[in-house]
Amino acid sequence: MADKILKELTIKVWRQKNAKAQGKFETYKINDISTGTSFLEMLDILNEELVNGGTEPIAFDHDCREGICGMCSLFIDGRAHGPDDDITTCQLHMRKFEDGATITIEPWRAGAFPVIKDLIVDRTAFEKILQSGGYISVNTGGVPDGNAILISQDDAEEAMDAAACIGCGACVATCKNSSAMLFVSAKVSHLAKLPQGRVEAARRAKSMVAKMDEMGFGNCTNTGACEVECPKGISIANIARLNREFLTAKIKD
Amino acid sequence: MTVLNSKIPAGPLAEKWSSHKAAIKVVSPANKRKLDIIVVGTGLAGGSAAASMAEMGYNVKAFCYQDSGRRAHSIAAQGGINAAKNYQNDNDSVHRLFYDTIKGGDYRAREANVHRLAEVSGDIIDQCVAQGVPFAREYGGTLSNRSFGGVLVSRTFYARGQTGQQLLLGCYASMNRMIGQGKIEMHERNELLDIVIIEGKARGIITRNLVTGEIERHGAHAVVIATGGYGNVFFLSTNAMGCNGGAAWQAYKNGACFANPCYVQIHPTCIPIHGEQQSKLTLMSESLRNDGRVWTPKKKEDAVKLQKGQITANDIAEEDRDFYLERRYPSYGNLVPRDVASRAAKERCDEGFGVNETGKAVYLDFKYSIERLGKDVIEARYGNLFQMYEKITDQNPYELPMQIYPAIHYTMGGVWVDYNLMTNIPGLYAIGEANFSDHGANRLGASALMQGLADGYFVLPYTIGDYLADEIQVPRIDVNHQEFVKKEKAVTDRMTRLYNIKGSKSVDSFHKRLGNIMWEYVGMARNEDGLKLAIKEIQKLREDFYKDLRITGDYNAMNIELEKAGRVEDFIDLGELMARDALDRKESCGGHYREESTTEDGEAKRNDENFAYVSAWEFQGEGKDPILHKEELVFENVKLTQRSYK
Repeated sequence: MADKILKELTIKVWRQKNAKAQGKFETYKINDISTGTSFLEMLDILNEELVNGGTEPIAFDHDCREGICGMCSLFIDGRAHGPDDDITTCQLHMRKFEDGATITIEPWRAGAFPVIKDLIVDRTAFEKILQSGGYISVNTGGVPDGNAILISQDDAEEAMDAAACIGCGACVATCKNSSAMLFVSAKVSHLAKLPQGRVEAARRAKSMVAKMDEMGFGNCTNTGACEVECPKGISIANIARLNREFLTAKIKD
Repeated sequence: MTVLNSKIPAGPLAEKWSSHKAAIKVVSPANKRKLDIIVVGTGLAGGSAAASMAEMGYNVKAFCYQDSGRRAHSIAAQGGINAAKNYQNDNDSVHRLFYDTIKGGDYRAREANVHRLAEVSGDIIDQCVAQGVPFAREYGGTLSNRSFGGVLVSRTFYARGQTGQQLLLGCYASMNRMIGQGKIEMHERNELLDIVIIEGKARGIITRNLVTGEIERHGAHAVVIATGGYGNVFFLSTNAMGCNGGAAWQAYKNGACFANPCYVQIHPTCIPIHGEQQSKLTLMSESLRNDGRVWTPKKKEDAVKLQKGQITANDIAEEDRDFYLERRYPSYGNLVPRDVASRAAKERCDEGFGVNETGKAVYLDFKYSIERLGKDVIEARYGNLFQMYEKITDQNPYELPMQIYPAIHYTMGGVWVDYNLMTNIPGLYAIGEANFSDHGANRLGASALMQGLADGYFVLPYTIGDYLADEIQVPRIDVNHQEFVKKEKAVTDRMTRLYNIKGSKSVDSFHKRLGNIMWEYVGMARNEDGLKLAIKEIQKLREDFYKDLRITGDYNAMNIELEKAGRVEDFIDLGELMARDALDRKESCGGHYREESTTEDGEAKRNDENFAYVSAWEFQGEGKDPILHKEELVFENVKLTQRSYK
């Protein structure tokens, strides 16, 4: 796995001073990047050069840098989280790029995710959806023993598959309709698959869908693009489950 | 001078917590509505505390520097959470969990705190199940367990390799429910920069809004620090990039004692450093040591060939592999505690047996368990970890053993707290990794999640009532009080000072320099000369920082360099205190290894006669030496022995 050196790269990146300002692409050159370097480390190096040259560094969201916090969010060469499968941007490595390449970096583009600065967007709309019903209503204390609720391994595994969502927003950024259906369906499915979550299933599906619409996300037209770019492999089967949960709830109304 | 009182209840160990709960005051529902609590940090400790206290009826204001409470670094915990449920019928018990934790911490934690932790551990699992955390299950539908380092029973509950994520999403969901109901006021992208103390009591905080750059005042009847550890002092660590010691450090600068700063956990199984451009290190879960065997070559010539890339692990014959953990520690084998495993890896690499180009890596090999159990079983257990490893290293761990090396992971030290989790400043609390209380000098695997949630769900919500019961007459805190004005000005002065240095070097360049000093002299092995040198070098670094720091961008707006500058300023101070503490502690214990204090076979050697105390440092002002308070540790229930995993 000997690392090679990428002698020169051209970085075309979206710069936008704040939410109100007009943004535009800026182009930078960067030299001598090891293929073992992560994509965000490459941006760190570029930022170091910008600071040393007296310019403001590029603002981008990132935190855990191990693919789990969901904070990083770049659209790289036309793909959410860049040219690799089942990863977040922070797990993307420079071995995926050729020497001499031009790399285009944009923020998530969706009406419900306004740009705050450069590559940073505001994903508060996701928070609002979860606050409207993405939970089981249980207070701390006074709950039954963990083994009092038996859950089949299959159900637990399916719930876990859906619960693996990291809330990064790649699904919305990728969808041509900017739909949040994959995100919402992942939370609804996670809880719908568990007996503890069934009690409020109808109410949850209705209020989360209502909030999703209110926040300005688009509709789902089953293109499946979200599933392709989801770093955690969340399946669109969850969207089918959400539709069923929602329909069942509505019929009972 | 401050006098520390740990307030450990009297009576037999197993009855302390229940008798304490019976004795402390309770606030009525009508009065809870009138009381405000600030919680800084939304990880497992902060998130669970904020949710629980809001459910009880308090008004909670929660803060995090990320864009969502769900991003807190608890999310990255992989392996699991311990609980003394004895579901496996392997003779586990509260006492056994207590004993393992005290021993694992090398007898440098309080008996009473650790016992309480073990007592509430089972409730945590019940709570998480009720919230819908999808723990691993057996075919019959019951909960699964696995083993972790330093113990002989299976008491670790897990959700694939994403246990921290699922537990955090559980308490984050509870928070969301309370936010939706208006009981939690959530402040994202907002960082604590000072604590406001009025008439000796914590009454609020000063923050910087990271989006607008505005300095804000927030008042409350009590303030809870739940901001995690300070591992990023080392620059390279398994912590998230934004993890910082800022809130804990502001607590210290406002008079709260800082305990055991030198206790740092170095995790044995991380992906090795690839080169100069590295920004952070990635952990590979300790759970992997259940099925992976750790080894280096027996022959130095094989190691040299590996380092030159002439052969791979698969070219080394069975009899030429040195399973050094199994050799040195036959009873615990690959599952020795983290400090022991880390030192053993360093020892092999220092002797020249490292297996990668830098000579700083050992193997963690799954070949044997794949042969025994089949690839499917291993994939089901660790699939996501294997995928993560392959994405980073471009090597397939099903075919070649993983390469691993120790890295900074967790800080056992933190803000000093009493049994109620209150610091020596009334009304100021510290919970989770931010406090020092439960792990002694070394934390066992899967115990951080347990402690964070114990503090947040089942300890603080009770103990904070004991303090707030006397505050019910205090009206809502007025943020126009002169102390708020004064502190806001101090924060503005501090940030403008940093911004206006207009030097030539970036924040990161100073941070990297600090990290190198810390890793070299205050890392896995420490000695008197090195520590003294570290203090000098850090002081020189501080001078350079204030002379030559360069921050670009606007002051009154989102400014990622200014954010980092404040954090690195704190890290420089923290690094110096860590070195001082390490210098004072002339014994080896847990993660603190003094080369002057070892046994004949190279194991850490404690000195209970002189060092069975908690070091609690008190700030005396800029440029002045802090005062060291010693809280004697009293062991009435366990016998102090040389920790052995042989």
